[in-house]
Amino acid sequence: MLGLINRAIQCFLRDTFGDAGWQATARAAGVGKDGFEPMLHYEMAETEALIAAATGVLDRPRESLLEDLGTYLVSHPNLEPLRRLLRFGGTGFRDFLMTLEDMPGRGRLALPDLDLPMLTLEEVGADRYVLTCRSPVPGAGHVVLGLLRAMADDYGALVLLEHLGAGPEGERVSVVLLDTAHWAGRRFDLTAAEV
Amino acid sequence: MAGVGPEGPVDGALLPHALLDRLVPLHVCIGPDGRIRSMGPTLRHIMRRPEDDRTAGGAEFFALFRVHRPSGIAGPADLARRAGERLQVMLVDRAEPVLRGTAFVLPRGGGLLVSLSFGFGVIQAVRDYALTDRDFALTDLAMELLYLHEAKSAVAEELRNLNRRLQGAKRAAEQQALTDMLTGLQNRRALDLALSDNLGRGLPFGVMHIDLDYFKAVNDSLGHAAGDHVLREVAGMLMDETRKDDLVARIGGDEFVLVFPGMTGTDELTTVADRIVQRLSEPIDFEGQACLISASIGIVISTAFDAPTAERLLAAADTALYASKHAGRGRALFHDGAMPPSPPAVHAPPAGH
Repeated sequence: MLGLINRAIQCFLRDTFGDAGWQATARAAGVGKDGFEPMLHYEMAETEALIAAATGVLDRPRESLLEDLGTYLVSHPNLEPLRRLLRFGGTGFRDFLMTLEDMPGRGRLALPDLDLPMLTLEEVGADRYVLTCRSPVPGAGHVVLGLLRAMADDYGALVLLEHLGAGPEGERVSVVLLDTAHWAGRRFDLTAAEV
Repeated sequence: MAGVGPEGPVDGALLPHALLDRLVPLHVCIGPDGRIRSMGPTLRHIMRRPEDDRTAGGAEFFALFRVHRPSGIAGPADLARRAGERLQVMLVDRAEPVLRGTAFVLPRGGGLLVSLSFGFGVIQAVRDYALTDRDFALTDLAMELLYLHEAKSAVAEELRNLNRRLQGAKRAAEQQALTDMLTGLQNRRALDLALSDNLGRGLPFGVMHIDLDYFKAVNDSLGHAAGDHVLREVAGMLMDETRKDDLVARIGGDEFVLVFPGMTGTDELTTVADRIVQRLSEPIDFEGQACLISASIGIVISTAFDAPTAERLLAAADTALYASKHAGRGRALFHDGAMPPSPPAVHAPPAGH
């Protein structure tokens, strides 16, 4: 698995729980204190060890920790480039939802080795959707839920999100679109400010 | 102008304006008279024309646009002749953007439709004119291109960071591999590299092989901490007494080798060696205890050999060093080329130590 995923978890732990939180987790997971290199490959088991260690060391339920991770990926200033890439997914939140199934493909376009969760969107009623998320990491649906929550904020949409548990096809997340233009949302210019 | 309205058909065209605007936001329709009949919204935007100025005031196409390639297109008739070919079109009043496109002859003498796009210039154009997704046709791959450009830039940045970290680690590892951890001086490997480098480039140099006198006594009587302290102090003194480009290496317990690039005069080397012996003979304080050592030095000059090799030079310096020891320590001797290899030296404590 590409270190980018592990690195994202590492940055989330460090930025949320401080360097001490990250160091303690790294020790418990048997990971060096410098952590992961985003562009190198690691064993799948290391990702799991990292998540398990974090829930133990930080005394946080796996579900809420993973949901916070998803929110962090969109909303933390350090990950602005990722937020921007996600915003290319659509002009509004509904548009964004419709292109979610393309996300693994979009990811691979950027990085051929990147394995993102497989997502399927099912329309179950007017403005009601069920997103199915298939991933080797148990609880990935919670990451997706946190990410959707932050993206809805970003677009200024009002949504109801609920994790429906795991089915045979994967974890299911219910999405109810209440208002696609509830707030102004965050600004998005097609080209990033030059640094 | 008859037949031209926001929803009405373009003269001679098959599509209403609104639809054409969506399909080809960067289009120009040119009437048979060579005047602009209609421009797409994105084109109006980048030309900074008012939203409702669809015809650019009825200006002639070639008054506002220039066909850069193919060359020789100066009027509507030329453009009609090259219909269907790839064009590069520019605005007459600016160097960018360079638009790419094609001209089509409209049926029933309706003039020409020029369909344009930004091509690779799209990223710059989006930046320069603050374009949004609404400025592009829904089928346009501009969004995908922008996404890809940004994604690849982010990946490239990560790779640059990775390379920077790896380069830093490599440099640190190399430095460590050449450094004596106790004293911070260079080590045996660094010495070998320096000797082969100087020999390989044919540069003359002097070599001193230094062995501390009575160091074992310090170690035995005051302990290893004292010994380590003395070695670090000696390292500092050797650095003081040498030039920036000289090499100072610790190659064993209390053995040091110094390389002096370009220094081949016996007087010069003797002066340096005497100074070192003098410095090292001063008592070194360790937690209130005076550690008394001295130094014996063997000196060799690379030019004294017809075919100098690192091995030969070090062996000769070693021979000279043991000659110094035998001559009573605390001194420096040159290798004279005829000196026989010395038997292993017998370390005797100095009188009064």
